Amino acid sequence: MAEFAIKAERRWLVMSRDLAASRAQLAVLLFVAVFLMAFLVVPLLRVIIVAFTGPEGGFSLVHFGDFFRTALLREAFWNSLYVAAMTVVLASLIAVPLAVILARFRFRGAALIHTLGVIPLVMPPFVGAVAMQLIWGRNGSINLLLNDAFGIRIPFMEGLNGVIFVEALHYFPFILLNLAAALSNIDSAMEESAQNLGARGFALFSRIVFPLALPGYVAGAALVFVKVFDDLATPLLLNVTNMLAPQAYLKITSVGITDPMGYVISVIMIVCSLGAMLLAALLLKGRDFATQQRGGGGLSRRRLGPWGTRLATIFVVLTLAVVLSPHIGILLLSIATVWSFAVLPDAYTFAHYVTVYREAGPLIANTVLYCGLAALIDVVLGAMLAYVVLRSRLPGRRLVEQVAMSAVAVPGLVLGIGLLRTYYDFRLPFSGESLGTFWGMLVIAYAVRRLPYALSAATAALQQLHVSLEEAAENLGAGKLGVLRRIVVPLMAGGLLAGFVTSFATAAVELSATLLLVARAPDAPLSYGIYVYMQSAAGRGPGAALGVIAVVIVAVATYFAYRLAERERGRKSRELF
Amino acid sequence: MIARYCRPLMLAAAFVAGSIPAFAQSLESRLVIITSFSKDLTVPFAQAFEKKYPGTKVEVQNRNTAAAVAFIRETRSNPPDIFWASAPDAFEVLKKNALLQKYQPQATGIADKIGAYPVNDPGGFYFGFAASGYGIMYNTRYLRANNLPPPKEWDDLKKPIYFGHVGISAPSRSGTTHLTVETILQGEGWTKGWATLLEIGGNLVQVSDRSFGVPDAVNSGQYGIGIVIDFFGLSAKASGFPVEFVYPSITTIVPANVGIIANAKNPKAAAAFVEFLLSEEGQLILLDPKIQRLPVRPATYAKAPPGYPNPFKDKSLGARVNFNADLSESRYELLNSLYDRLITFRLKELNAAWKAIHEAEKKHGAGGSAEAKRLIAEARRLATSVPISEKEASDPAISGAFQAVKPGQKTAGRQAEFEEKWDAFAVKNYAEAKALADKALAAR
Repeated sequence: MAEFAIKAERRWLVMSRDLAASRAQLAVLLFVAVFLMAFLVVPLLRVIIVAFTGPEGGFSLVHFGDFFRTALLREAFWNSLYVAAMTVVLASLIAVPLAVILARFRFRGAALIHTLGVIPLVMPPFVGAVAMQLIWGRNGSINLLLNDAFGIRIPFMEGLNGVIFVEALHYFPFILLNLAAALSNIDSAMEESAQNLGARGFALFSRIVFPLALPGYVAGAALVFVKVFDDLATPLLLNVTNMLAPQAYLKITSVGITDPMGYVISVIMIVCSLGAMLLAALLLKGRDFATQQRGGGGLSRRRLGPWGTRLATIFVVLTLAVVLSPHIGILLLSIATVWSFAVLPDAYTFAHYVTVYREAGPLIANTVLYCGLAALIDVVLGAMLAYVVLRSRLPGRRLVEQVAMSAVAVPGLVLGIGLLRTYYDFRLPFSGESLGTFWGMLVIAYAVRRLPYALSAATAALQQLHVSLEEAAENLGAGKLGVLRRIVVPLMAGGLLAGFVTSFATAAVELSATLLLVARAPDAPLSYGIYVYMQSAAGRGPGAALGVIAVVIVAVATYFAYRLAERERGRKSRELF
Repeated sequence: MIARYCRPLMLAAAFVAGSIPAFAQSLESRLVIITSFSKDLTVPFAQAFEKKYPGTKVEVQNRNTAAAVAFIRETRSNPPDIFWASAPDAFEVLKKNALLQKYQPQATGIADKIGAYPVNDPGGFYFGFAASGYGIMYNTRYLRANNLPPPKEWDDLKKPIYFGHVGISAPSRSGTTHLTVETILQGEGWTKGWATLLEIGGNLVQVSDRSFGVPDAVNSGQYGIGIVIDFFGLSAKASGFPVEFVYPSITTIVPANVGIIANAKNPKAAAAFVEFLLSEEGQLILLDPKIQRLPVRPATYAKAPPGYPNPFKDKSLGARVNFNADLSESRYELLNSLYDRLITFRLKELNAAWKAIHEAEKKHGAGGSAEAKRLIAEARRLATSVPISEKEASDPAISGAFQAVKPGQKTAGRQAEFEEKWDAFAVKNYAEAKALADKALAAR
């Protein structure tokens, strides 16, 4: 009887705790949902409604029928799927070894590699494309050299395979960042137990380490898949039009074309991206990646033997040379007089930096401000949402997550139009400026479009965190907030950092929404400055100089973020031992 | 007697003299301009305007044409003042959506027509302030490395030696390319014009999605020859790139425009800006080597450096056809889509067909058996045919399917349905043309 009473009381305690907890969680979920509703769903629906409007008005799915009846679009659909899948394979081949070298071995210059590994995400608009063509194009440096030496040309930048090549170079950091964060979150005790049981080398890696880091890998790979599926810049750069994103873009941005098909394609891309994300979630479902012990500072880093060091160095240097080639190209462009049909520029000058010197200051300040704020919003919202999704049983939490993820497939121009349409008529107090063209709207546009990156990173980080750690803290009397502040957030730090860096780096070169929402030159970020220069032949050098500045900003931000994380890690390890 | 003739003139002079200061004094303090032009053009004009009207601050917002049109549409409750761009199609879209304001420029001495095109919108909603000619730009290093002679005429671009060396921007993406394509169709006739476009199309290595993509690629040497508007070529050369630009002996002239946006917040400053562009001093700025556009005020050419193209003297510039603007408008959207279906999106297939035809023709030369000749002729016919007739292209039942839905208007199908038909037509014809040419190559 007494036993029963204790049980009942305990149950009551648990229930009331759940209720109290879910009230706070509910507030968090509602907050995120309202944000997404206001700045993603409503603006988006106001634009893409035409996809569901029939020729005579009224709701209709006739355009979706047309999509599947059109051979060109069916072909584009399969091409996009193929390219996205193959890019994941190629990007994994680059990213997985790099991540392992970074996380598992003591390797000199790890901070440098970490930083350089993020830079491919920063592909400044237009400048990046010109630099890519000058290096890898059909008359780029490499092909001119090959042609002189062997009389051959390799079509790196042609057709679907060219798209795969460029996309993999561009987006492998998604896998690198998420996987590296996940690897360093693994409890070294797991590894040690496996070693005690006799696992060594590749067996240890493939059966213990990699499976435990799977959430990070899957988060990165799914992002690469979705991002490439929806990516526009690369197919346009290679002039490949038989893929979905360029088909949608060409329809939506052609002046005077009122065809709803562009929006239909956008809807289909959103649906497919969500499908891919769901598939990734299913892959991880029913498995437990969490490890309970924390604070060991993750996997122990070991020394590589002399041969191992040599091999690793060769791999790292070669990989970096290839993945950073566009940025080397941008650097050369920014100090080149003329670079045309030649392996290297004709001559060098610093004149372009002098040209941009006077206006660069405000552009840099705006970029850092906007992208910093946007990335911060992303990390906060991403962490909140990931927490609610994984740690609560609130109804609708998965739906909110899906909505947030769908932003990855929303074309920037469509979101920009939607935000203007929804908010232009709101006036700000005091200045009377329109809310739609207020610089804060640019921050929101960046935040909404980059939220999926931070969300995936946060989800992956939380998946590796065992709930028992939180429960233990609560049993010791910590409140929900205290647990979050002192247990959850610090232990997710690596993942959150990866989310911050990816959001920041990619927002720094966003152009399509920027071009629509910037209303005053003093409010403009770097990407706008690059756009303005890259519209004339004389602007190529100054545009490249601004591109170099954008890359440097991201590199500096990443480097400090990484150093900060390493210091945290070092501090935690010391506290324990 | 003299007084009788002079009085109206003096009155007019007094009117003009009296009105200008009045208008100068009361300009608003700012002027917001949306433009797709590059800095090279906008900065000198903005600076000169501010110097002339010191009380007015000019704010220039650079946007590509698509973003500019969307911005003006979405901000109509509190719009910017001026839209300033090349693309006549963007102005037409704005005009149709009642987003432009009617205005009657006061400036005198402006030509009514430049080349074949009327300078101003007949409705008075937008005005040409400059013009540009279309021509061929080429990279000299590229041509030397590939042993290619510089092309001079449009028909040169059909030659097999230029296979895989030519680029153009899509008419659906560049209003000026659209006008050039339309001019070719009006000049040569629908069927023959399309044959020309498709034969040049066979040589294209790229159909760019933005006008500046073509000079960009030629400047880098990615491909050798670009079909571009003159100032792209001329300004690249002025910036030191190893490129040259030539006007074919007969070419087209396309206007660059300015318009006042409906309900502009600074209407007086906007009007003053339009007048400034058309004024003597404004037109002179166009001669700047970094700008290099053709003034619409014939008198300005007297101050141009020697060799500056003058469409009012040089009759080959744009004089080929009497441009029929109504015909152009009736099939504007349809033409864009048709070009994309036949050329842009099936470029690989079109290239393959023409490569095979070139090879077969090279083998047989002037000789060859009757059978080979027949096969080649049939392949050529397939690779140059177009799925709809000129009459159908202007038929509202068909072209209407490509325009904004008007209530009550019946069309013979949806845009997607026509596009699917044309795509199938192109794929089938190019494959058959290639097969026939391959057969001709194998034949004796």
